[in-house]
Amino acid sequence: MVPLSWYVALSAFLFITGLVGVLIRRNIVVVLLCIEIMLNAVNVNFVAFSDYLHLIDGQIFVFFVITVAAAEVAIGLGIIISLFRLKESVNMDDYNLLKL
Amino acid sequence: MTPIIFIPLLPLIGFLVVGIFWPFFKGKGHFIAVPLMIGSWVIATSEFFKSFTNPPNVTFVYDWIRSGHLDIGISLQYDHLAAIMLFMVTTVAMLVHLYTIGYMHGDSGYDRFFSYISLFSFSMIMLVLSNNLVEMFIFWEAVGLCSYLLIVHWYERRPSWLAANKAFIMNRVGDFGFLLGIFLTYSTFGSVSFAEIFPAISSHLHQTVNIASAFHGSMNIPVLDLIALLLFLGAVGKSAQIPLHPWLPDAMEGPTPISALIHAATMVTAGIFMIARMNPLYNAAPFAAHVVAWTGGITAIVAATIALTQPDIKKIIAYSTMSQLGYMVMVCGLGGYGAGIFHLLTHGAFKALLFLGAGSVIHSLSGEQDVFRMGGLRKYIGLTFVTMLIGSLALSGIPPFAGYYSKDLILVTAYQQGPLGQILWMIGVLTAVLTAFYSFRLMFLVFGGKERFHSDQAGHGGHGIHPHESPWTMTVPLVLLSIAAVVAGWAGEHYGVLEYLAQELPIPHQDPVAGGMSDSALKGLSVGVGVLGIFVAWAFYGRESSIPGSLAKGLSFFYKLSLYKWYFDELYDLVFVRSSFLIGRLFWQELDKGVIDETVNGVAAFFRNSGLGLRRYQTGQLQNYAMVMAIGVFGLVAFYLVFNRM
Repeated sequence: MVPLSWYVALSAFLFITGLVGVLIRRNIVVVLLCIEIMLNAVNVNFVAFSDYLHLIDGQIFVFFVITVAAAEVAIGLGIIISLFRLKESVNMDDYNLLKL
Repeated sequence: MTPIIFIPLLPLIGFLVVGIFWPFFKGKGHFIAVPLMIGSWVIATSEFFKSFTNPPNVTFVYDWIRSGHLDIGISLQYDHLAAIMLFMVTTVAMLVHLYTIGYMHGDSGYDRFFSYISLFSFSMIMLVLSNNLVEMFIFWEAVGLCSYLLIVHWYERRPSWLAANKAFIMNRVGDFGFLLGIFLTYSTFGSVSFAEIFPAISSHLHQTVNIASAFHGSMNIPVLDLIALLLFLGAVGKSAQIPLHPWLPDAMEGPTPISALIHAATMVTAGIFMIARMNPLYNAAPFAAHVVAWTGGITAIVAATIALTQPDIKKIIAYSTMSQLGYMVMVCGLGGYGAGIFHLLTHGAFKALLFLGAGSVIHSLSGEQDVFRMGGLRKYIGLTFVTMLIGSLALSGIPPFAGYYSKDLILVTAYQQGPLGQILWMIGVLTAVLTAFYSFRLMFLVFGGKERFHSDQAGHGGHGIHPHESPWTMTVPLVLLSIAAVVAGWAGEHYGVLEYLAQELPIPHQDPVAGGMSDSALKGLSVGVGVLGIFVAWAFYGRESSIPGSLAKGLSFFYKLSLYKWYFDELYDLVFVRSSFLIGRLFWQELDKGVIDETVNGVAAFFRNSGLGLRRYQTGQLQNYAMVMAIGVFGLVAFYLVFNRM
């Protein structure tokens, strides 16, 4: 039996990996992938606690998260394509439209 | 409804119609204003003749202020004093309205001018008719306002608005005193109505008021004296007595018709009218009456000495007005209210005449006002010459002209009022010599001698000026006023103006001086000094003479003192104007710019600079924002964990 703390540690490791990827990578496709990693870290947490607490709610939530993530990826890729058409680049540094 | 209400109402209608619809008149404003003023004059005249038999009456118009015990109404008090004043005021106003048609012809502000002089006539009539102090004060201010508006008629010219501001500000000083006097009257008598104040005066004879109470001191002054002095301060401002006089000569910057109407015949006499109206108060306040008498006497002599050397024709007449006002104030202070009002009436006629004549002279020379650039005008403008000669003779007190009767009455009244009166009588006689001298200096310089207006005209291409007589609208008032200047004095004496006025103005107790001069000796003396003054004027200016020049050199101190008007303007400039500017500059530069502006600008600059600094953190890079957010979340969680453990 794997103790709960291992799952939580895995989840934390995945989350940090995703977060660091979001923060430091410049390629916007990689950033989108890193967001998926963070979502999956959450999923691991949900499943682990569901098992630990003997509650099915966590596993149901995971399905929702996977569904939303799929939709999000579809939209995110669409945004990336239109941004690429606008800027001819996938580098995050070129997307500074928020600056005055 | 009595016809009296129409006396003020008609000029008011004239003002409203011409004033509101002025753009439609286009130089035809006199078609409305002049007939209405003539109507007002007709009513005033017929009421004046009825007043010999009719009892005095008060026409109530409306309640104005009613609050607790304070009950102020607008009422028209028509008694003998008001009747005779109204007769003079409406006559002069009507003639000046007529004269204005010719004098202001073609002026860009023609209709505006008519609306204002109608407003002035209304205000002056109401001032004369007022039956309480507050009503009087309101119209006292209204005539001051009209004076301001009319002095500044040519508002593009700097001297005009400077003079208008000066007149207004100097009058404010006096009016402040007047207002305080009204407050003290109300707190003493509980009323501001003449009919309620006068009977109550005798019960306040020994009441005193502590004027130093604000400083925890003790300085008790009889309350009646204080009221009388405060009210008199208003009269000092309005009637151009020393020390609040310098506005009057400067007010001559305005058009000549208003110099005649406002600054000679009517408004400036409001102060004397007020003193006469309040005569029970001044009779009960001996100290205040002495101050009044001395102020008048000093003004009379000082103004006369200034008039000796002035080069500007209107300023000479203005100082002469001031001097004559001094006479009236002086005799009022000595208790001769009737004599003061009599002189006021005759003076109104001949001084308006002199001003209108001066206006005719200026008109004929296309705006020249310097008497040293005139001369020999007698053969060009004969009618003006004759009328002004009558005015000058009247002013000098030569019988049978009007000034002789009234000025003589003033001097006789003064002579019979004890030692103080005799000192003032001497001042009066001296002033009479000077009056005759400067009047005829003006006459000789303007109408006699060589024609000096051709010289010094290089700037006009050398073709000079061709003097011409004025149109009939200007000469008719001159002729009518000169008739008044001839007969007014005789009529006043013959029909007993003093006895007529005795209804309101008690005739002073006459105290024949033991071993003193008799009435006829006094009369002879005052005619004699008038003739002496005229003779000296002839000797100085009526022929080729080097006397004036050598006198000016020999007595240069006195000459300069007179020419520079006793340096009153310079003194006031130094004491009041400069110090006001200094304080103003201090507040402006140090307080306003230094403290207030710095605070406000400092707050603005702080936010602007901090905004400029913080702007750097908005990079537009999403990852920077996400980094900040992540750090924040970690920080909050760490904070929660750490502090929740404890």
